[in-house]
This record gives sequence, C-alpha cells and structure tokens, in this order.
Amino acid sequence: MTDPASTQAATREAPRRLVPSGRAVAVSVAVAVAALVPVLVESDFWMLVLGTAGIFAIGAIGLHLLTGITGQVSLGHAAFVTIGAYTTAYLGAERGWPLLAFLAAATVFGGLVGLVVGPFALRFRGDYLVVVTLALIFVTTYVVENWESVTGGFNGISANDASTSIGPVDFAELEVFGTTFTRAEGLYYLAWLLVGLVAVIAYNLVRTKPGRAMQAIRDQEIAASVTGVSVARYKVAAFAISSAMAALAGSVQALSARFLSPNDEIGELFLSIRFVAMIVVGGIGSLGGAIVGALLIGPLPELVRELVGVLDFSVPIIDRPLVTDTQADGGIFSSSSFAQLLFGALLIVTLIRYPTGIAGAFNAARRRIAVSSRERRDGGRPDTGDGPPPG
Amino acid sequence: MDKFLQLLVGGIALGSIYALVALGFVVVYTATRTFNFSQGGMVLMGAYLTYQYGDDWGAPFVVAVLAAMATMAFGAVLIERVAIRPLVGRPPFVIVLVTLGVLVVIEQVVRSTWTQPALVMTTPWGNDASRFGDVTIRHVDFYTVGVTILLVVGFVWFYRRSRTGLAMRAAALDQEVAAANGVNLGRVTGLAWAIAAILGVVAGVMLTSRGGSALSPGLGFIALRAFPAMILGGFDSTSGAVAGGLVIGVAEVMAQGYLTQDFLGSGVEEVVPYVLMVIVLLWRPTGFFGSRTVTRV
Repeated sequence: MTDPASTQAATREAPRRLVPSGRAVAVSVAVAVAALVPVLVESDFWMLVLGTAGIFAIGAIGLHLLTGITGQVSLGHAAFVTIGAYTTAYLGAERGWPLLAFLAAATVFGGLVGLVVGPFALRFRGDYLVVVTLALIFVTTYVVENWESVTGGFNGISANDASTSIGPVDFAELEVFGTTFTRAEGLYYLAWLLVGLVAVIAYNLVRTKPGRAMQAIRDQEIAASVTGVSVARYKVAAFAISSAMAALAGSVQALSARFLSPNDEIGELFLSIRFVAMIVVGGIGSLGGAIVGALLIGPLPELVRELVGVLDFSVPIIDRPLVTDTQADGGIFSSSSFAQLLFGALLIVTLIRYPTGIAGAFNAARRRIAVSSRERRDGGRPDTGDGPPPG
Repeated sequence: MDKFLQLLVGGIALGSIYALVALGFVVVYTATRTFNFSQGGMVLMGAYLTYQYGDDWGAPFVVAVLAAMATMAFGAVLIERVAIRPLVGRPPFVIVLVTLGVLVVIEQVVRSTWTQPALVMTTPWGNDASRFGDVTIRHVDFYTVGVTILLVVGFVWFYRRSRTGLAMRAAALDQEVAAANGVNLGRVTGLAWAIAAILGVVAGVMLTSRGGSALSPGLGFIALRAFPAMILGGFDSTSGAVAGGLVIGVAEVMAQGYLTQDFLGSGVEEVVPYVLMVIVLLWRPTGFFGSRTVTRV
C-alpha cells in the first residue's frame, strides 16, 4: 500500500466516489437525523408533513436538473406529478402491481411522456418552453377528467389498495427491532429513501459529461453548440429525466393521498409554481438547495393550517384576524390562501433580494467562517473585501 | 350553416377578448423581452375592481370601468417599479418567475378581498340579445367587438404616430441605442405595463359579462388561454396578437360547438388553443407575424 504508484492510482480514483469525502460527514449526519426522526417525533401530523416534504423533494430535484442545471424553465412539472400519481392508482390499486413495479412504471412512463413532449417544447428557445409546458397542464387536466376508464374521471380514483411493501417489508406497517411504525412514518421512510436515491443520481449526473454539457447549455447555449454539445438532445434528455423524477414524486404522493380526483389542487399551475418556488428559495442550481427548498415550501399549506392558532392575531386598523381556517371564520385570509400568498411572496422576494437563495447564503457564511479562521491562524486582519453578499 | 354562423359570432367576440389580453402580453414583451404571467391577474383584478366601484359603491358603469383602469394602471406601474425593474440585466427567466409570483399574489388578494361566492356585475348590455335571421347575437358581443376595435386602433395609432409610441418602438428595437437618444427606458417600460393593465381590465369586464356576469377567481386562468394567441401571432407583433386572438377564440368556440361531449369529452375547448399553438409552432416557429430572430455569436 505504501507503493507510490498505487497511492497515485487511489488519488486518481478519488473523484469517482459516489459522495465526496468532504461532504461525507455532513451527508451521513443528515441521513442519520432523517432516519431517527420517526423514532423521535411522535406526532403523525409532523410525520405527514415531513413525508410530504420528501415527496416534494423528489420532484424538486427533478426540476433542479432541468431549471437549475440546464437552464430551462418548465411550468409542466405538476402535469408529470399527476401522470405519476394516476399511473400508480391505476397500476397499483386497480391492477394490483407490486410497489417496486408501479414505482418504476410511473417513473418510466413519466420519462417517456417527457421524451415525447420534450422535442415539441424544446424545439423553440427558452422563451417558448414556458408556454408550451403550460399547455401540458391544460392537456393533462383534460385527459384526467375524460379518460374515465383509467382515471375515474371527475369521480376520482382510489389508490388505497396500492401495495406498500417490498417483499416482506411493508412501509404501511414497518416493524424494526420491535418498534412498529405508522403508515405516515413508513411512507416518510419510503419518500426519503427515494430522495436519497434521486439525489445521488442527480449529483453524479451533474459531475459527468452529460452534466457538464447541460451546464454549458445553461450558461452559453450557442457556445455549447459550437463546441460540439448536441443542445437539442441534452435538453430533451434533461426534460425526460426531470419528468421521470416528477412522476416518481407523484407515485409516492398517490400512496400518501390514497385518493385522487381532478379537483385536488387549486389549478395544477399553482403546483408547478410551487415547485419553481422550492428551487428558487433553496437556491437555483444547488442540489442541497432543492431539498431544503422542498422542506420549507412543500408542506407550507399543512404548516399554515396547523399554525393557524399563531397566525390568527388581530390585525390593527382592519380589526380582523389575519388567518383563519376558512374565511367564513372572519379572517382576512383563509389558511390555504395565505399559504399560496407566501409562495408567491417568497418567490418574488427571493429572486429580487437573494438570487442565490438559501444555498447561496449558506455558502457565503461558510466562506466567511473559513476566511476568518484562516486569518485567526495567520494572525492577519480580517479581509472585509472577501465574500460579498450575493446579489 | 346557422349553427356555424352563430358559433362564428361567438368565436369572434371571445377572440376579441383574447386579442386584448394577447396585446397586453405583446406590449410588455416588446418592452422587456419577457412573458408577463401577471397579465392574468390584471384581468381578474380589473373585473373585481369594476364590480367594486360600480355595483358595490354605486358608480355608473363607465365611471367604474375607467376607475378600475386607472387603479390597475397605477398598480401595474407600481409592480413594474418594485418587482421588475430591480431585475434589469438578470436572465429573462428570472423576470418570468417573478411575474408568476405576482400572479399568485394577485389571485390570493382577490380571493381574500371578495369572499362572497356569487357576485354579479351589472352591465349596460345585461343579457340582451337581438335576432338577425336565424342568428342570435348577444349585445355583449357587439360591445366586445366594438370596444376591441376602438382600443386596438387607438393603440396602433398611439404606437405608430405619437412621440411616446415612437420612443416605445425605439426601446423595443434596441434599448441602448434608444437610451442614448434620450428615451427614458424606465418610463417606457412602466407605460407598457400600464397599457397592458388597461387592456386587461377591459378584457376582464368583457369576459365576465360574456360568462353570464358572475365573477369568479378562475378568470385569471382563462386569461392564460390567450397565451397561445400571442404565440400564434408571434410574440412581438400587434396585428399578430389580434389575428392570433381571433383564431384562438373561433377555434375554441367551434370546438365547443362541434366536438361535443360524446365525441371528445367535456372541456375539449380548453385544450384546443394549446393544441393549435403547438401545431402552428411546429410549422412556423416564429408564429404568423413574428420577426425572425438571428442570434449573433
């Protein structure tokens, strides 16, 4: 092992590791905390909130690859979530497919739809994509409402009978070392396991040749095409992968919601905007940011509903409570309205004031700490010119 | 044949409304090179404000509409000032995302301000209709087409003939050159937003009275169906927006009339504008009237 050649080889091998050593500690701490949460948190409500956040994180990572890495804005993300969810309800509940099979089927199907739609959408420059993907929302809603034999039409479809077990492990009633977990806790594990899987795929994709090509397209599309990047092909591929991840999120969402109907979301467009808000608030182009954004923004409606007791203080002058469950209770905003308002406001404020989002703020802080500790070691004066705030 | 004529009239009226909304999109697009998703919010808010001034506070209809226009124009200038101008020089998609945020905020403000479920706007034309042979034409459709023609002609005159319009066109062509020649870019952009808001108010009022005068928060969503109109016309063309609006409106109403429930299912009319848009885009990527863009390396 002391032989210099093998050391050199090991050094050369280093970048090929799945997770870099520098972040290994942080990642393992995060994984340990994530694994312990259901043991520490007793409330089913909070498990549901965190599970939902996990589901959103899967989709957000998908959008991160498309928007953050490849630089293409899509408003069709909710459509793929819907596709994944209905695929699950149909194959999982109606046809009785096993968990892994319908998860895979939903993912593949979402990716295929993305692959078919992608060339339509991406034939046009970035500008058009937003509008063409908007079409996806309308078309999906139409199909869901009318393809009754598969989607149940306006009556909706139950996903309750879909299997939640891989072999002997049933996520609905997990039992580890004598501890029994509830369905919410089990689905939390399932969701975050998939977040881990998707995150590793995304992380490694970005560091390989396709990933660099995608970033080149984002930064300078023309330059990328001149240097031999097949712009159209990579854009479609990024769109398909992103769609597949959204569909996977939808698949788990179906398990969590247990029942799907066309009137679930107030306009699917707003679900798409929510995904956009997640990656923007988390920090565009940052994988960790997408996950943190999903944690913060994903379960916001549930949080607002839960915290209504805190938010129902009376507003001066108008003399009405700020938020109540519904507006019939006299509040200025209903809890769902207020959550939507927060998405919108967070999106605007983040983009204007903090363009790099939470990830940017985090990196700036880390840089500042690193600089000041280096200076303490060297005995120099702190360099105030270093690490300007983003924006 | 009667059915066809009947639908054609309805389609042209709906198309006029889409044309107004699309014109609003185009005005802002030429000024800032971005899609303005908050236009749907302007349509929505405009209709509710007209109701507020007219039905709730008792102003005559025309006064109510004018007041709503003034309010929304002011609001739009404010939005541009506070949320859009700080983003000058950032990638276009950032501005698109901000306008999406504005859309969400406006929609929730409307939902929270006007909570009663079934508000009805009183209009001078009400539900009256006249018969011409076998074709029944609702008066609202007359007014819609008339007002649209007035507004479009007025806008085109302003855009082509007035000094301010010239400044706007100059800025749309090349911002730097325009600024070097004394065009106040900030004012031009603000003006574009104000015009879009005013067009939005009219579209909102007309859309509401077409749909039986009942106000609904879904109005902003309907306005987004005018997006294909803008794309069909080709982003930056005034006449394109009008033509695109009419095509989309007629197509939507025809689909509703002929592709009935048994054939393609309910709601097919909501999809038609987008399907049409995709087909046209595949054939002509810059729409009917759009200027071809050449990118310099």
